[in-house]
Amino acid sequence: MLSRTAEHLFWMARYIERAENTARVLDVAHRTSLLPDDTEGAETHLWYAPLNISGCAESYLAKHTLVEASLVNRYIALDPDNPASIYTSLMLARENARSVRGAITSEMWESINATWLEMNRMMPTMGQDCPTCFFDWVKERSHLFRGVTLGTMLKDDALNFIRLGTFLERADNTARILDVKYHILLPSVQDVGGAADYYQWGALLKSVSAFEAYRKVYRDVITPQRVAELLILRSDMPRSLHACLNEVETTLEIINGSSGRESRRRAGELHAALHFARIEDISNQGLHEYLTEFLEKIEALGQEIRLGYLARREEFAPLPMQKLTMQVQ
Amino acid sequence: MDEITSSATPTLIFDEMHTTEGEVRHQYEAVARQLFNLPHEALVQKQREAEMLFRRLGITFAVYGEAAGAERLIPFDIVPRIFGAQEWARLEQGLKQRVTALNAFLHDIYHEQNIIKAGIIPAHQVLNNKLYCKQMQGIDLPNQVYAHVAGIDLVRVDANDFYVLEDNLRTPSGVSYMMENRKTMMRLFPDLFAAHSVAPVEHYPQMLLDSLRESAPPYILNPTIVVMTPGAYNSAYFEHAFLASQMGVELVEGKDLFVHDDKVYMHTTEGPQQVHVIYRRVDDDFLDPTVFNPNSTLGVPGLMNAYRKGNVALANAVGTGVADDKSTYLYVPAMIEFYLGEKPILSNVPTWRLELEDDMRHVLAHLPELVVKEVQGSGGYGMLIGPTSTKQEIADYRERILADPANFIAQPTLALSTCPTLVEAGIAPRHVDLRPFVLSGKEVRLAPGGLTRVALAEGSLVVNSSQGGGTKDTWVLED
Repeated sequence: MLSRTAEHLFWMARYIERAENTARVLDVAHRTSLLPDDTEGAETHLWYAPLNISGCAESYLAKHTLVEASLVNRYIALDPDNPASIYTSLMLARENARSVRGAITSEMWESINATWLEMNRMMPTMGQDCPTCFFDWVKERSHLFRGVTLGTMLKDDALNFIRLGTFLERADNTARILDVKYHILLPSVQDVGGAADYYQWGALLKSVSAFEAYRKVYRDVITPQRVAELLILRSDMPRSLHACLNEVETTLEIINGSSGRESRRRAGELHAALHFARIEDISNQGLHEYLTEFLEKIEALGQEIRLGYLARREEFAPLPMQKLTMQVQ
Repeated sequence: MDEITSSATPTLIFDEMHTTEGEVRHQYEAVARQLFNLPHEALVQKQREAEMLFRRLGITFAVYGEAAGAERLIPFDIVPRIFGAQEWARLEQGLKQRVTALNAFLHDIYHEQNIIKAGIIPAHQVLNNKLYCKQMQGIDLPNQVYAHVAGIDLVRVDANDFYVLEDNLRTPSGVSYMMENRKTMMRLFPDLFAAHSVAPVEHYPQMLLDSLRESAPPYILNPTIVVMTPGAYNSAYFEHAFLASQMGVELVEGKDLFVHDDKVYMHTTEGPQQVHVIYRRVDDDFLDPTVFNPNSTLGVPGLMNAYRKGNVALANAVGTGVADDKSTYLYVPAMIEFYLGEKPILSNVPTWRLELEDDMRHVLAHLPELVVKEVQGSGGYGMLIGPTSTKQEIADYRERILADPANFIAQPTLALSTCPTLVEAGIAPRHVDLRPFVLSGKEVRLAPGGLTRVALAEGSLVVNSSQGGGTKDTWVLED
């Protein structure tokens, strides 16, 4: 298929997935904020995390001096000036879809276009009374779009590039969400394993729709190591890094043609590493360090896919998300 | 698209639905019964639903000068415009005849130029025309077809008379509205379709695909066809994407294509793939920066060479503009007689050529009643619409005419037919025109229908979408 078409499809899928996961990041912050915490600066601390995760802390601080719930929510969810906002992601998803609307089914186009129109219609009042309603709406629209895609699209390379975009983005985003615990630093060591810790991990699991799965798999208390295992190594967990790389690798295998050899090699390597990794080793390396390295590899794989298959057009490609190096001051 | 101007004294305006005695014409009976008996609020509600459908489908056009990506809807009117089988049959015949002659003319002027030798049309009219493309001289095209897609603008002045306003032979647009209007009507008024047998138009993309296939370089068995668009911000982008997906072919931009060894390829995820037919919606000037406009970023360097070698077909061909130019328009009836030996079925609007002394005298004496146009103008720019112009404007225009009479033609203001239309006050007659789309490959094809445009303001004859014009579904009833 046309390289430019493949590129638009790839980014359309990434932006939809990014919108969904950004909603999940805000959701986890919101859920955590409902837990009692009277340490000083807790709110700033907590709401700095989603900014950091979505790589927009710097631009936020250029605009606002205060880090507090409603401002951060608004900035990440709705601000058109924020290149990482849900609003911007949905806009770019639709722009990419519009550029290749001949290559997607009319149901897909209608779904993505209706999402965008509804977003604009709801803009003035959105999220004021019920932030979680908005997050749920974003997730629902993303689920719907994925369902329409799978339910209506011919299983050809167009679909393959959409899936590639979806799972690459999801791997990236799950890693970022999992890293949230690194950013919401616990006030003191004795809290580790305490009630607050339990609820925070619980909130994280819920935000990636993994709470029930955790219960089923472990039937035991929530421990950080198991959460990490579930979201990194379990191949049967739909948002885990392993599951995402499964999809990326098989999709790359079935894309027609001989280009993309290097992409396949890198994806295979990354997949094998996840397949054979042990959670003890990851813990020893340090979860944050492991995830940072993973994100770098995912970005490199994305670049390789670009070189191998996609046109050299830049317009609709986003700035790469900032690396997770910024620390809470 | 051109503007249409009115008679200052609209004496006998033909109404599509009612006879002069006020009776409902046969083909409108069911519509009158089923649609017009609905309360006004119900009709308005349907109108709103239609608008919602169009917005959701994203059937919009971009407006130049507004923020990039700004999208507007063309108003859709829910009252269909209806043709009986017989009146359509005659129109169809006339359209095929006209397009056949125009293609014969294009082939002739880019080869032997018999029509010039026969003295039917002066040499300077063709050879000095800015739109005559000397690079096309002597190139043989499959089926000798130049205008694969022609949009012929028609207006009706009475029961039997249609005038051709303009032949659009370059990159005519609007056909996606013909199809989406139908889809919308079927969704809103399934009952109406149960009560009529309306000839379908949904197969237009298949007809287009057939015509394009037949136009491929002759030695290619299974040609790769693409639709070429200037890009997502072009005003007709929706249509380009629509046609590509309906035909199941790639929608490409210039930068997706490249020429190697006089063959055209597209960049694909599997590497380069050769392209044999380009249905291009990019103007001649922008096709190949090495031959035409060197600043064009929309085109493909080397495309013309590949074209001249016969390795790729372009639809429409390069250089068709010389045949849809307003001064060439005058000769179309003569072309029909010259090439086909037939009497023209569709008439031209009576036209005065200001380069002729008699015509000039008549026009200058009647400026306030006439429409005067520049020969190569388009889009309604640089026109004088006598009945709606001030004395000063007329005087100024007279000066322009006197400075270069050969650059102008004049036409009477026409009494366009009206069709019932839903407006704020209820159902009222509004002026309409019609653009059917004629396809040429090995044969000439035509979907039963076209795009009806309607001037929504009372008394207005301007159907342009940029100036408050809307569209209607156009029905051709089967017997």
